Amino acid sequence: MLTENLVALQVVVPLIFAPVCLLLGKSRHAWACALTVSWLALGIATLLVTRVATIGTQSYAIGAWAAPIGIEYRVDMAGALIIFIIAAIGAMVMSYARRSIEHEIAAENSGYFYACYLLCLTGLLGIAATGDAFNMFVFLEISSLSSYVLISLGTTRRALTAAFQYLVMGTIGATFILIGVGMLYMMTGTLNMMDLAQRLPGVDDTRTIRVAFAFVTIGVSIKLALFPLHLWLPNAYTFAPSVVSAFVAATATKVGIYVLLRFFFTVFGIHFSFVAMHVGEILMVLAVVAMLVASLVAIFQDNIKRMLAYSSVAQIGYMILGISLATSAGVTAGMIHLFNHALIKCALFLCMGNIFLRLGSVELHDLRGLAQQMPWTMAVFVIGGLSLIGVPLTSGFISKWYLVSAVLDAGLWPLAVLILLASLFALIYIGRVVEAAYFSKPDPTAKKVREAPASMLIPAWLLIGANLYIGVDASLLAGIARQGADILIGAGVP
Amino acid sequence: MTGVSALPPGLLLMVGALLLPLFGRTARTVLVLGLPVLAVALIWQIPNGVSLQAPFLDYQLVLVSGDRLSRLFATIFAIVALAGSVFALNHARTIELVAALLSAGSAISITFAGDLLTLVVFWEILALASTLLVWSGMTDQSYQSGLRYLVIHLLGGMLLLIGVVGHVADTGSISFSAMSLDSAAHWLILAGFLINAGAPPLSAWLPDAYPESSPGGMVFLSAFTTKTAVYVLMRGFPGAEILVFVGIYMIFYGIIYALLENDMRRILAYSIVNQVGFMVCGIGIGTDMALNGTASHAFAHIIYKALLLMSAGSVLYMTGKRKCTDLGGLFRTMPLTTVCGIIGALSISAFPLTSGFISKSMISAAALHEHMATVWFLLAAASAGVFLHAGIKFPWFVFFQKDSGLRPPDPPINMRIAMILFAFLCLAIGVWPTVLYVHLPYPVEYVPYTYTHVVGMLQLLLFSGLAFFIMLPYMKRTLTVTLDWDWCYRRLGPRPIHYLTNMLAPSHWFEQKRIVLQGYLKRMLDTLFLYHGPQGILARTWATGSMVLWVVILLGIYLIGYFY
Repeated sequence: MLTENLVALQVVVPLIFAPVCLLLGKSRHAWACALTVSWLALGIATLLVTRVATIGTQSYAIGAWAAPIGIEYRVDMAGALIIFIIAAIGAMVMSYARRSIEHEIAAENSGYFYACYLLCLTGLLGIAATGDAFNMFVFLEISSLSSYVLISLGTTRRALTAAFQYLVMGTIGATFILIGVGMLYMMTGTLNMMDLAQRLPGVDDTRTIRVAFAFVTIGVSIKLALFPLHLWLPNAYTFAPSVVSAFVAATATKVGIYVLLRFFFTVFGIHFSFVAMHVGEILMVLAVVAMLVASLVAIFQDNIKRMLAYSSVAQIGYMILGISLATSAGVTAGMIHLFNHALIKCALFLCMGNIFLRLGSVELHDLRGLAQQMPWTMAVFVIGGLSLIGVPLTSGFISKWYLVSAVLDAGLWPLAVLILLASLFALIYIGRVVEAAYFSKPDPTAKKVREAPASMLIPAWLLIGANLYIGVDASLLAGIARQGADILIGAGVP
Repeated sequence: MTGVSALPPGLLLMVGALLLPLFGRTARTVLVLGLPVLAVALIWQIPNGVSLQAPFLDYQLVLVSGDRLSRLFATIFAIVALAGSVFALNHARTIELVAALLSAGSAISITFAGDLLTLVVFWEILALASTLLVWSGMTDQSYQSGLRYLVIHLLGGMLLLIGVVGHVADTGSISFSAMSLDSAAHWLILAGFLINAGAPPLSAWLPDAYPESSPGGMVFLSAFTTKTAVYVLMRGFPGAEILVFVGIYMIFYGIIYALLENDMRRILAYSIVNQVGFMVCGIGIGTDMALNGTASHAFAHIIYKALLLMSAGSVLYMTGKRKCTDLGGLFRTMPLTTVCGIIGALSISAFPLTSGFISKSMISAAALHEHMATVWFLLAAASAGVFLHAGIKFPWFVFFQKDSGLRPPDPPINMRIAMILFAFLCLAIGVWPTVLYVHLPYPVEYVPYTYTHVVGMLQLLLFSGLAFFIMLPYMKRTLTVTLDWDWCYRRLGPRPIHYLTNMLAPSHWFEQKRIVLQGYLKRMLDTLFLYHGPQGILARTWATGSMVLWVVILLGIYLIGYFY
């Protein structure tokens, strides 16, 4: 009984407990509630992944209304992987959150924070679980609206403008998606994705469907911060509370990529998207520009959270590049990097949270000599940074390996060089931080700080441990990602 | 045979290295000295063929696969790790010893790597560990050089990785065996290997980075990176003709710049490029005899170069000075260092009864054997050049020449022991060459001590020695010139630009070219900063309206594109 309802529980549990957090208000119980729910979600996600792996795609009819009419939740291997990483990041971030939130968010607001966090989690999980195009839009809005609130809780007033800009851009993106979905509905009379996929080939040579495709592509591109639509992202990540930066950076853009995958491969079909609409070529160009330009911008940043934000834009470029190849190997590479990057970025932003807690700043020049005082935190940064660069024995190497293989498989030699060139840029921006923390003399007037508390170090180290584990044994992840990619690619073949 | 037959020696050193900081001083010393000895014992337990495999992704990694060649290289790496640690014990910080054992461990792992993926992994670890060794100098220069070192080596690693991925895509196999230069992937692999060997056009990293490390650090550095490159070249590209030319270029590059150089450790660094040139050339010739010569020369070279660097390191440690012009006359108070330095210098010059004599000549003999007359002639000329720059110039300017007024005593006991050990090895190999010959990859028919060879070599050395002293005034004058020029490019050029050019320019060709290049680079960096810097158009915070404008533009492009 329980196992059959896993798909629904995955989404419903955090949704139900969000108002509970609000009621618990500023007491510590709100955190305990959010923490329990996050771990519960991770537990459900683990069961779900195993179930999908053993039995196959899980379908669930909400309210027992059968598929094309009622809302269907449908989790295949691709969705399960996304659900798992979101739930895992959520559990880590919540385990970490208490001290950081006490420090950065006023006590009377903490109830709102935990409630919004759970709503955001609901939205993100829902996007990956649903098999209905309109429902996906709804969940996208739930997650986006709650993340605007989360970002606006940042310590400085600039958080408000950053959240506002994100709100404007995010709303435009959502509206575009809605317009696109509306046009699809107009032409096919259905919102269920599998149903759409079946009916679209009959009508796909119409202008309406092409316009719908353009709107959906642009809308999702805003959500996933594809260059040059990434402009909302750096400020949002920089000025959000540390916990929010870590959570949003590791999940929100990833889910955007999942939405893109779903629309391109499942709904429109690989033939329409990549052959008729040539979206692969467009995405490839944008992805490569993102990789190079955003990495270069990151090199010149002095605020490390901002640097990491630009690095995220560059890393999204890697994922999109893999997807733009529209081959099994390419999509696998994109999904592997999606997973690995979530682990890496979350750990790096948590590391920034530790530093902000003790130092009150994440500016590069304040970090000089910090490795002496916060060795464990900086070690997280170094390993995470090496992983971002793609050094062997870290998960970043696995990503790079699959991506370069996929690119070479497609016969695109120059791209392989550009990918690795971008990882050299990553070396430079990570190197700047390492240089400041390990090889610079601390400012004599700077205050002495202690290492961050264990409650904040352990989640970061767990993420790093997972990262290193994948670096050594990636067979499980690669297997899941390949299954997911094959389902996506196969689903769209006309 | 599969499964674990014994602990991989490289892994032992690396794990030991990482545990090092956890121990107290005494235990650390025991570990640092005990691990390499244990590693040697393990190396000789490794049977021929594959002995340890591990699954990774869709492939079966061959972590340990032994044969005569890999055991030979692994042995010398372990030996130099031991002697280097003895030498460094009194002055090295823990992190330096960790880095040294890590380098040794990764170098040994490379020699036993049976597939390209394993090779790449340890290749990158070696690059990182070596960077730490460069940083062990703990000066500003060593930090900057270390960064440049890291960038170049990761670049090399990147070329290698692309090549390997391409090779796997082409052939579907990851096994590491001899390749021919028939595809872009193989050229990239070769390029990756050659960068670590210090080949042109990026030779400059070696004399740039190594001399900035600590006295002990350079002993380690000199052994691992370039010689693992020689090893993988021997495995991957024996007989590739291009290597003959690359090798000869390196030989003369090393000699010319060493002759112009004033810093004793930079002289020795250039001479590493020169000596590796001999080996690369031997690989290019590619016959059994040439490969034997390369292997034995690598073995001998690691020992005498380490000895030379220990001697130079002792001088640096005791006096704090590196420039030949500041040194001189040290033989009075540092007799042991002088004697060991001279033994090293004689070995590198291939003086009879030293290790260089029995190894280097095998490569020239192989050239002769293949009727490569020009190559043979160039190698012979280079032997004279080696004697000039390393054989005489180093000991003469450091230990004799004028009296600099410095009166340092010989270095502490551990440094003396290390030097004596290696001086003994240099002579022992020279006197009993068969000890080394029996372990070479192919059967050796070569007899070094023939009348013609000994007399020929002595004549060569004698006359080049004569030339050195006749031209002494000239040699001195170039010293001041180099010094001035040195000062120019160190102090005048804006630093970051200078470093970039140093990194990118093939070597120090013409000052003028350099200035032009610096101009370009400066403009390039300025442009980059203009657009990518914090206030640049790509990085500044945009007004919401402008963000939306982008949305409109992109949507327009899509719609117009799809309309047609």
